[in-house]
Amino acid sequence: MTALHQLTLAEIHQGLAQKDFSSREITQHLLDRIRSLDKTYNCFITLDKKGALEAADAADSLLAKGSEGALLGVPFAHKDIFCTNGIRTSCGSKMLDNFVPPYDATVVAKLKNQGVVMLGKTNMDEFAMGSSNETSFYGAVKNPWDTNRVPGGSSGGSAAAIAARLTPAATGTDTGGSIRQPAALCGITGLKPTYGRVSRYGMIAFASSLDQGGPMARTAEDAAILLNAMAGYDNKDSTCTDIPVPDYTAELTQPLKGLRIGLPREYFDERLNEDMAQTVHCALAELEKLGATLIDVDLPNSALSVPAYYVIAPAEASSNLSRFDGVRYGYRCNDPKDLEDLYTRTRSEGFGDEVKRRILIGTYALSAGYYDAYYRKAQQIRRLINQDFVSAFEQVDIIAGPTSPSPAFKFGSKNNDPVSMYLEDIYTIAVNLAGLPGMSIPAGIVDKMPVGLQLVGNYFAEAKLLNVAHQYQTVTDWHKASPID
Amino acid sequence: MSITPDEIIATAKLAKLQVDDKDISEVTERISAILELVDQMQAIDTSEIQPMANVLDAVQYLRPDTIVEPDNKILRRDQFQQIAPATDEGLYLVPKVIE
Repeated sequence: MTALHQLTLAEIHQGLAQKDFSSREITQHLLDRIRSLDKTYNCFITLDKKGALEAADAADSLLAKGSEGALLGVPFAHKDIFCTNGIRTSCGSKMLDNFVPPYDATVVAKLKNQGVVMLGKTNMDEFAMGSSNETSFYGAVKNPWDTNRVPGGSSGGSAAAIAARLTPAATGTDTGGSIRQPAALCGITGLKPTYGRVSRYGMIAFASSLDQGGPMARTAEDAAILLNAMAGYDNKDSTCTDIPVPDYTAELTQPLKGLRIGLPREYFDERLNEDMAQTVHCALAELEKLGATLIDVDLPNSALSVPAYYVIAPAEASSNLSRFDGVRYGYRCNDPKDLEDLYTRTRSEGFGDEVKRRILIGTYALSAGYYDAYYRKAQQIRRLINQDFVSAFEQVDIIAGPTSPSPAFKFGSKNNDPVSMYLEDIYTIAVNLAGLPGMSIPAGIVDKMPVGLQLVGNYFAEAKLLNVAHQYQTVTDWHKASPID
Repeated sequence: MSITPDEIIATAKLAKLQVDDKDISEVTERISAILELVDQMQAIDTSEIQPMANVLDAVQYLRPDTIVEPDNKILRRDQFQQIAPATDEGLYLVPKVIE
């Protein structure tokens, strides 16, 4: 029999239904693995062993009574950006090191209602600001494929935990690539839904017009099962869209004959490492064999996505993070001499360097005299980027390309140069600015490290993306490649 | 557009952040590099383009104007204040503002 930690969500569901093992057995098995292996990888910030075993026992008694449900009794992890009632939620920051939310995020509540067993909270870049996990207050996560390399970020803890087989799946959030890039660098499957598809309530805000939560798992099938539970209207999030949620597993097996795949010329230029380009072309050839047609498309403004993003995201962050003032929750400096000192020292001591840098950029871009040159300009560029995608989707059904310009890089190689770190997200950021759904799926190995294929869909076309990803995964084995036994 | 150390200090003040003297040149240098990246936007004429704030051009939802409150307000307040750095009888405490 396959080791319990190598099972996918769908296989765990089957095993539980057939009584091959109990939820308690697989939960205990994964908790034991985390205890022995996570000293090396640092994927988890907080574990909830007691809560996990209680939830597993509750699931086992429901299973014994004949209850079903694709997620009942299935072990799971949440990125530490999602508020969990009674369980510390740090967002990777000293500022929230002592923060125990008195409520659940909508996504957490929805998955809890489905009977998932939460093992713990995964490590991340501080306030989701980073592409390498090196900005976490709790230390960087190590990539299980090579512990000298970054796992990507900001959802690096979730991605690495799945790759190291410490959890079968986890939540992530994606503001500029934070689900897709770590999924690519750790060799797993990640989906950023359309902006508004998944509630942001209880998900600690970074850039509210870009942030979107989504599933991270081993397979597209598992991502579909999770999105079924996560998606949907929520009256607690005024940007959450009120349109029906389809069954994302229903279209997984549709044939790809006649599918038109757009290849943006700008995503295959000289910035892309040659081995990466070759790997992506091999993946595309597989999709062609399945009946898809490849068509060149243009996204002429895509080079402006990183510049526009580094105005919009910091501007929104500077506003969102103004709530951390040492008064109602979170860190407070010692012995403040007056209110100004309380605010300034709390924030200066509680935030890390990258977060402070982004607050400064955002504050500057929004300040009197600079608003038009920066913020308004960036919002205009955002529309141009959006129009590029609208035109492209008149010719094609999905867009495909690399997720990142290179495989996982070594620790310390980019963290002293913010601009080179920011360019790591060159292929993912435009998708957030346009609010489109995007996926990364494992598509090969370069330099012994996994490489991701990015798929981008039209608004609310998550089912199409999952269908293409699943069909690819039925004819290839890259998603089964594992850094450990 | 490059930024000066004085502008960094002024911006930090607005953002309620302290930049230590020993860090100011490095912070200025890094933020200047980021602004240089951002300035690539200026090469494009966007005079005719409407700014885009929400990708779905969504409008704000309005909820029914009815009172929604928890059953036990005091208990809920206490739960929220349990995580506060300093409270007293339902109030959040901060350093004295008025002498």
